[in-house]
Amino acid sequence: MFQIVKSEKLADKIYLMDVKAPRVARSCQPGEFVIVKMNEKGERIPLTICDYDREAGTITIVIQTVGASTEKMVRLKAGEYFEDVVGPLGNPSDFVREDLEELKNKSYLFVAGGVGTAPVYPQVKWFHEHGMKADVIVGAKTKDLVILEEEMKAVAGNLYVTTDDGSYGRKGMVTETIKDLVEKEGKRYDVCVAIGPMIMMKFVCLLTKELNIPTIVSMNPIMVDGTGMCGACRLTVGGKVKFACVDGPEFDGHQVNFDEAMKRQQMYKTEEGRAMLKLMEGDTHHGGCGNCGGDE
Amino acid sequence: MEGMKRVPVREQDPKVRATNFEEVCLGYNEEEAVAEAKRCLQCKNARCMKGCPVSIDIPGFIKQVAERNFEEAAKVIARSSALPAICGRVCPQETQCEGVCVRGVKGEPVSIGKLERFVADWSREHGFVPEKPEKTNGKKVAVIGSGPSGLTCAGDLAKLGYEVTIFEALHEPGGVLTYGIPEFRLPKDTVVRSEIENVKKLGVTIETDVVVGKSVTIDELMDQEGFQAVFIGSGAGLPKFMGIPGENANGVFSANEYLTRSNLMKAFREDYDTPIAAGKKVAVVGGGNVAMDAARTALRLGADVHIVYRRSEAELPARAEEVHHAKEEGIIFNLLTNPVEILTDENGWVKGMVVRKMELGEPDASGRRRPVEIPGSDYTIEVDTVIMALGTSPNPLISNTTEGLEVNKWRCIVADEHNGKTTKEGVYAGGDAVTGAATVILAMEAGKAGARGIDEYLSGKEK
Repeated sequence: MFQIVKSEKLADKIYLMDVKAPRVARSCQPGEFVIVKMNEKGERIPLTICDYDREAGTITIVIQTVGASTEKMVRLKAGEYFEDVVGPLGNPSDFVREDLEELKNKSYLFVAGGVGTAPVYPQVKWFHEHGMKADVIVGAKTKDLVILEEEMKAVAGNLYVTTDDGSYGRKGMVTETIKDLVEKEGKRYDVCVAIGPMIMMKFVCLLTKELNIPTIVSMNPIMVDGTGMCGACRLTVGGKVKFACVDGPEFDGHQVNFDEAMKRQQMYKTEEGRAMLKLMEGDTHHGGCGNCGGDE
Repeated sequence: MEGMKRVPVREQDPKVRATNFEEVCLGYNEEEAVAEAKRCLQCKNARCMKGCPVSIDIPGFIKQVAERNFEEAAKVIARSSALPAICGRVCPQETQCEGVCVRGVKGEPVSIGKLERFVADWSREHGFVPEKPEKTNGKKVAVIGSGPSGLTCAGDLAKLGYEVTIFEALHEPGGVLTYGIPEFRLPKDTVVRSEIENVKKLGVTIETDVVVGKSVTIDELMDQEGFQAVFIGSGAGLPKFMGIPGENANGVFSANEYLTRSNLMKAFREDYDTPIAAGKKVAVVGGGNVAMDAARTALRLGADVHIVYRRSEAELPARAEEVHHAKEEGIIFNLLTNPVEILTDENGWVKGMVVRKMELGEPDASGRRRPVEIPGSDYTIEVDTVIMALGTSPNPLISNTTEGLEVNKWRCIVADEHNGKTTKEGVYAGGDAVTGAATVILAMEAGKAGARGIDEYLSGKEK
């Protein structure tokens, strides 16, 4: 059992939790993730490690509610438990293993979309802790959905916040800001790291390919075990089949087949819809669902 | 002639069982078991024992059954095996103990597996538990993986007085017994869990949710956590795919994923959260036990199911009993057939599979006749789900993170067959991690060998 020591709502549908998981906290690195299972009947959900405290033995996870399982998870309060937290899983970000002196000569741009801000944070923090400053773009739909702004500001070089509706910071998509920084403000980047919804990562990659900036993305396909034994998370990178959980989750974004990955992400849409409905409607929902039109 | 035939075992009717996940084989009751036990000739030089990889005293326990001393029978088995309720169900006895039974020369061999199962089930139902060793020797051993080899190794070491901790990556122990073999062959709550509980009662600790190589490394376990020896029983869990076009379509699964969702996550039950895409018309590619398990699971989830296998019936690697059960339940076998492409609709879902007819050519190095494509024989079968059951290989996570541990070109850990010794001091290995995908009983045998090797090493008896 893994105790939740802190639970906080960051924005609509976005929650932050500190969870006691000493083995994970001791060994995790930026870029890695955990699999969390709420209780006996729960499913296994992959979540990025957003921060960690090695001494306290805790890790920080950020959960966005997108379906029944995450909706149930965020209802847990501090003091309550997750039945299972396993990790760290996946590979650390490449820069962790790079020669520090060489790395210091490179200029990095981190691009975070929505809840993707959470996995970007430990990477930017790692740069900060190693005496480097990286530029960061944080994009959200609207002002209320910008998360971890203060935390990010404390570790980033330049921080650019952008909202789709212009209610805060710059107006427009993250791609517009990337374009402006490079084309209007004369910025030069050696590497771009983009983490967020697949559609956002796809468009960032289309742009950075044009701008000739090597780009790393963190893929978030459906996972079950997270240790390489099932291939639920497989995707095509550079024409080859890769398992995101053990070969990734970070890949060369210019090599990823995003269209295939996005289709695979939709595989259980109907089942997820049904489960959500059942949760929301409680006892008034009559299950089985042959009649509710959810299949259409 | 009297005694030539086995006492038949009761089974669920095929039509009924095709719609549920209850166990197919109902096992012997006391009367049936005693009657079957009396068929044993009590050979002095028992060939059956040599056919058993863990050398259970087979005539010894059967004699106790024949005399209705069921608890004594359980004690005889417990000397050699920690998992009798499981082995009695899933061992391929026809090629092991029963395959060499003298009774089988002129009639049917004694149903050793079903008798072992009866004794184990009887013990569970009557609360017979193994005795815990009186005191420990204070030496700590780590076992990686809680599948059949790890459980056996841990059980044997605990009986010798070692303090054993098993580290398991999944949330539930048992390895393939839990995530791979379905309920209808091996019930989880009753059989698997209770056998694992029995191993714990010997004093073994099981820590789940620990991925060795990620959460902690073998070197850390030995240098920082005080483990004096390690047994690696991490299995061969990495699924293979064919590499044909369309294989990443929605609706294509590895058998490991399909079975994990169903068995471990209980996706077949409404009250569990994990979904499974059941499919209406399913093709399972492969001919091993895993293919049979996946096919029979899909059938129970309501699909029409085809097994697509590139060789003929005689070469099917699955157990004869499983193939028989699959056919009884209505699974269709498309033999001498090999997939070449998976077709998808505009939403990325499987809508069909192009297959090619095969014929058998000359025998290959292993003696099996090699399948050869028949040019121009392609045709399309309409399916909405494809399950790939092509075999598995060892996960490289442990070997990649352990300094000095040698692996061969198939990424299998190099270890001595007789004592499990690897190229790294204090580290032993066995089961599928060493041999590649094999059987439960061979993994148990390797677990026993590993325990023996570790005991020799830690008690200074190693030569």
